[in-house]
Amino acid sequence: MTDERDFGFHTRSVHAGARPEPTSGARALPIFQTSSYVFEDPESAAAYFNLQEYGNTYSRIMNPTIAALEERIANLDGGVGAVCFASGMAAQTSAFFTLLNPGDHVIASSALYGGTVTQLKHLFRKLSIELTFVSPDNVDEWRAAIKDHTKLLYGETIGNPGGNVLDIEALANLAHEHGMPLMVDNTFATPYLCRPMEFGADIVVYSTTKFLGGHGTSIGGAVTDSGEFDWSNGRYPVIAEPSDAYHGLAFHETFGIYGYLMKLRAETLRDLGACMSPFNAFLFAQGIETLPLRMRQHVSNAERVAKFLSEHPMIESVSYPGLETNLYKPLVDKYLPKGAGAVFCFDLPGGREAGQQFIRSLTLFSHLANVGDAKSLVIHPATTTHRQLSDDELLATGIGPGTVRVSIGIEDADDLIWDLEQGLAAIKE
Amino acid sequence: MNIADYQSPDVIQAALSERRIAIVGLSSNELRASNFVGYYMQRHNYDVIPVNPREQQILGNTCYSSLTEVPGDVDVVDVFRASDAVPAIAREALEIGAKYLWLQFGVISEEGIRIAEEGGLQLIVDRCLKVEHARYVGRMHWLGFNTQVISAERKPAV
Repeated sequence: MTDERDFGFHTRSVHAGARPEPTSGARALPIFQTSSYVFEDPESAAAYFNLQEYGNTYSRIMNPTIAALEERIANLDGGVGAVCFASGMAAQTSAFFTLLNPGDHVIASSALYGGTVTQLKHLFRKLSIELTFVSPDNVDEWRAAIKDHTKLLYGETIGNPGGNVLDIEALANLAHEHGMPLMVDNTFATPYLCRPMEFGADIVVYSTTKFLGGHGTSIGGAVTDSGEFDWSNGRYPVIAEPSDAYHGLAFHETFGIYGYLMKLRAETLRDLGACMSPFNAFLFAQGIETLPLRMRQHVSNAERVAKFLSEHPMIESVSYPGLETNLYKPLVDKYLPKGAGAVFCFDLPGGREAGQQFIRSLTLFSHLANVGDAKSLVIHPATTTHRQLSDDELLATGIGPGTVRVSIGIEDADDLIWDLEQGLAAIKE
Repeated sequence: MNIADYQSPDVIQAALSERRIAIVGLSSNELRASNFVGYYMQRHNYDVIPVNPREQQILGNTCYSSLTEVPGDVDVVDVFRASDAVPAIAREALEIGAKYLWLQFGVISEEGIRIAEEGGLQLIVDRCLKVEHARYVGRMHWLGFNTQVISAERKPAV
C-alpha cells in the first residue's frame, strides 16, 4: 500500500520513477532500447494514439527508461510531470514552442547562457516571435517591458556565466499579475539547491547534461511543469483551444493540470522530434541517484575555491554569488540556502592573452565547453561559448576579455587550489 | 475547509478497489475530459454508469437522467458538473447508498462536501479518477508524470 509519507530528497533521488521492473524483477532501471512497442490489440493501439490510455507507441514520443528519468526529475522539482529531450537547447526550444505563436512577445533576462541568447535573438526572430532582453536584477525593467502580446517571462536561477541570481518570486508575481507564466532555467542549481516552483515559477527547464547527469557523459534536457498555470485564462488559445494538430483535442480542458505537458509531448516532441536516447536516460537517472551527495561536495569545493581566489592579490574579481561580499548574497540566502552552485567566473589581469596562458598551465582543470561534471572544468568564454556575441552583448552578460569560467568538480579542494595557484604563477612570470 | 483532507491516498485507493462507478455529467463527445475518464475506466473493467439527462446511451451503456434512477448499487459517484450542482448530487448519492463521492478537478463545493460528510460518504475532492487509477494501478509513469509513488515492491505488469 502506498501511504502518505513524504519521503526525503535523498530517498526520492534514488527511487522516484524507478520501481522494480514488473516482468523481470530487474532492480536497476532497464534500458528499453527499442524504437517501438507491440500493441496488445487494435483497440489498445487506437486508445494510445487518441491519448485515452497511457500507452507506449513510439520512442520518439515516449520510452519507459526515459519516463523513469522524467518522473524522477519532476518528483525532485515538485512538478506534475516532465518531458525529456535530446539536449537542454531542444528542451527549452520545445517548452517555448508549445506555448508561443508567431507575433507573441517574450521578456528574458539579458544574462543568459550564450547559446540561449543566440537562440532567442536569431531563431525566434525567424519564427516571428518578438524578444526584449532586460536586466535580471531590476523587476521594474521587466514590468516596463510588458506589452499586450507578452506571453512569457524567462530567466536562469543562476545566470551562466555571470552568476546573477534571479528574484524568482518577484518575477513570478509579476508574471501572474499579467496572466503569464514564468519559465526558469534551473540547470546550475538543480532541484537540490533550488526548486523554482516553490517560489511560483510555472515551467522549469534543464540541461540534464550538467549536474543532473553529473559525469559529462551525455547530452540531454528536460522540462517540468508545476501544473498550476491557468492556460484557459484567454491568453493561450494555443493550449486552451481545440488543436488542429491533434484532431481537435483541447489539451488544457481535457488533461487539466497535465495539459501543457501532454501537448509538449504529444505535439511538440512528436513534431520537432528531438527525443532523448534511452541509454542517455539511464545514465542521467543513475547520475541523479547521487545528486545530493555530489552537489554538497561541488558547493563546498566551490565555496573554498571562490574564497581562495577572492583573497588572491592577482584576481580582479570573482563572481561567485555565494561569497559574503557578493551583490546577490541576499538572493542566495533566500533561493539557494544550501549553496550557490559550483560555476563562476573570475577576472585575470592581462586580458585575452593571460586567460589563455592561465588555461595552458593547469593540470587538473579540463579545458572544455561544459559545466556540471564531477571533474573540474575551465573555459575562456570570450573566445568560446560566448564567441557569437557582440562586445555590447558580452558586457551585458558580465563577461570581460580576461574572464575565466570554472565549474568546480568533486575532487579535493586543496588539489584544485594547488592547480589554480600554479596557473596564476605562470601568468605572473 | 482544507481540500487536502479529501485527497487521502488511502481513501483514493480504497475507492479504486470498488467496481461500480456512476459518472454524473458524462459527455458523449469523445474529446471531453469526462468521456476520456469513462472510456478509460471501462477499459480497466469498471462498470461505468452514465448519468446525463440529455443522452440515451454513452460508451455503449444506458444513460440515466439522475442518480436515483440508476438500478442496483452504486459504489462511487464521480462528478463532472458545475460546483453549484454538487449539493443536490451529494443528497442523491446518500439516497442511493453510494460509498464514495468523487469530485473531479475544479469541482469544489463546500456545501456539497458538508452534506456528503454529514451523511457518511467518503470524499475525494479536486482529483481525477483516471489520473488516480493510472497513478496507483495503471501506467501514468509511462508518460513521465509524477505519480509520487516511492516503493521497492515488485508489482505485477499492467
